Amino acid sequence: MAEKLLNWDEVLIGATIKDPGNSKSYETGSWRVERPVWNPDTCIQCMFCWVYCPDSSILVDENGKMAGIDYDHCKGCGICVEQCPTKPKSLKMILESEAKGKTLKELRKEAFSK
Amino acid sequence: MGKKVALTGNEAAAHAIRQINPDVIAAFPITPSTPIPQAVAQFIADGLMDTELVTVESEHSAMSACIGAAAAGGRVMTATSANGYALMWEMLYIASGMRLPIVMSVVARALSAPLNIHGDHSDIMGGRDTGWIQLIAENSQEAYDTLIQAVKIAEHKDVMTPALVAQDGFNISHAIEIWELEDDNKVKEFIGDYEPLYPLLNTDEPITHGAWAPPNWYFEHKMNQLKGLLNAKDVVKQVGKEFGEAFGREYGLYEAYKLDDAEYVIVAAGSVCGTTKDVVDNLRENGVKAGLLRIRLFRPFPFGEIAEALQSAKAIAVLDRVSPAGAQGGPLFSEVRSALYDTSTRAPIINYTYGLGGRDTQPKHINSVYETLKKIVETGKIEKQFDCLNLRGEWR
Ligand code: SF4
Ligand code: SF4
Repeated sequence: MAEKLLNWDEVLIGATIKDPGNSKSYETGSWRVERPVWNPDTCIQCMFCWVYCPDSSILVDENGKMAGIDYDHCKGCGICVEQCPTKPKSLKMILESEAKGKTLKELRKEAFSK
Repeated sequence: MGKKVALTGNEAAAHAIRQINPDVIAAFPITPSTPIPQAVAQFIADGLMDTELVTVESEHSAMSACIGAAAAGGRVMTATSANGYALMWEMLYIASGMRLPIVMSVVARALSAPLNIHGDHSDIMGGRDTGWIQLIAENSQEAYDTLIQAVKIAEHKDVMTPALVAQDGFNISHAIEIWELEDDNKVKEFIGDYEPLYPLLNTDEPITHGAWAPPNWYFEHKMNQLKGLLNAKDVVKQVGKEFGEAFGREYGLYEAYKLDDAEYVIVAAGSVCGTTKDVVDNLRENGVKAGLLRIRLFRPFPFGEIAEALQSAKAIAVLDRVSPAGAQGGPLFSEVRSALYDTSTRAPIINYTYGLGGRDTQPKHINSVYETLKKIVETGKIEKQFDCLNLRGEWR
């Protein structure tokens, strides 16, 4: 969603925000240096990653199950990987520079095949 | 009906706060303003007000709590001095940026080091660019009157900007003067109820306060904030007039004392103006056209009006109760001289620092300033653009 940039005499007083949830339109994912990649095959659906993610970037499907990462907002902090209890971990950090141009499938294969 | 009382400047501020009866006060004690929250605590204990007094561990926390309470939608006040004011520094910008109409009583005092608890303007002048409205009172009566007005000014819909009302530490805060304490109900009626614009506690219309603004938003918000501050000028005038209608004491942006035809003019702010008025009276009796322009509203600085008021002057001395700290003169001097740059009459103008850390300024010192101004007009020469009043050793 593109935000409408207002003039100085149009902005809300004191930089208040009347439309809650507009942080959705701010893509914090662009700051990321590393990204978490998820392995559904070993995931036990404990939802620890969802609880701990500081940016609400763990996607959840209609059945309340972990469904992947919201890469528009994930800042790449790595907390989800730290918290994941499975051995081996079901989340792994990959450098953005190495992830460039690759599909999710390719990334998963690369990260978890070894 | 109001009644005459003999009380200190601190008590004047405390009584104004009692009558305003704000929702929240968060304060931390610091000399010389300590008696204000102390008296307020007593008023609350005695059941004379129902303000929530939040005692905090520092002035940084005091202003933070004020910001939270004001964002929630409360009418909020506090009091501080000197290093306490300095410790609020970060939060002062946040209060003004969030457009929260907090009203603060500042008892102006020197900043350390060396440690000194006495009066000067180092604190308020240091914070002059924090985006707050700054009003400087001359005496207890004005400190009381202006705190009441400040509530209306800060909360005005075109302003919505925090305001401080300064009085001089000890000279005013601890000196007993006779002044008029107005009727509680009349004060309440004058300030009216506060209707916050976007209270956090209004869950029917959720609002975000204190969000971040990236580079593509910050600039617009800061200029929107500036407009609110600038709007305060007209509102100060209007509220000062309304106050006059209600209580018989009218206030403007500045006070012109025998200024109309004055040739030798002192510009100053605060309690020194009382002394200066006495000296002006004496000089006038001797046929010297002396005058005083007392700055009342320092932020936003009413530069146009002040330049206009100084047009009859043949020589001007600006008194700053703070070190220029490496600038070309003190803050009052810089503002006044800059204001005059755009006008046709640019009288010679000099600057004095006086009264640092509670140093006494007596009629003889003010007299010497007028003597110097006369000499400048006679000789057409300025010997010293900057000098000190009542300093041991000649400044050079
Ligand atoms: S890396 Fe950080 S931001 Fe991204 S999904 Fe994991 S916990 Fe959330
Ligand atoms: S923490 Fe690991 S195992 Fe638990 S839901 Fe997230 S990815 Fe799956």
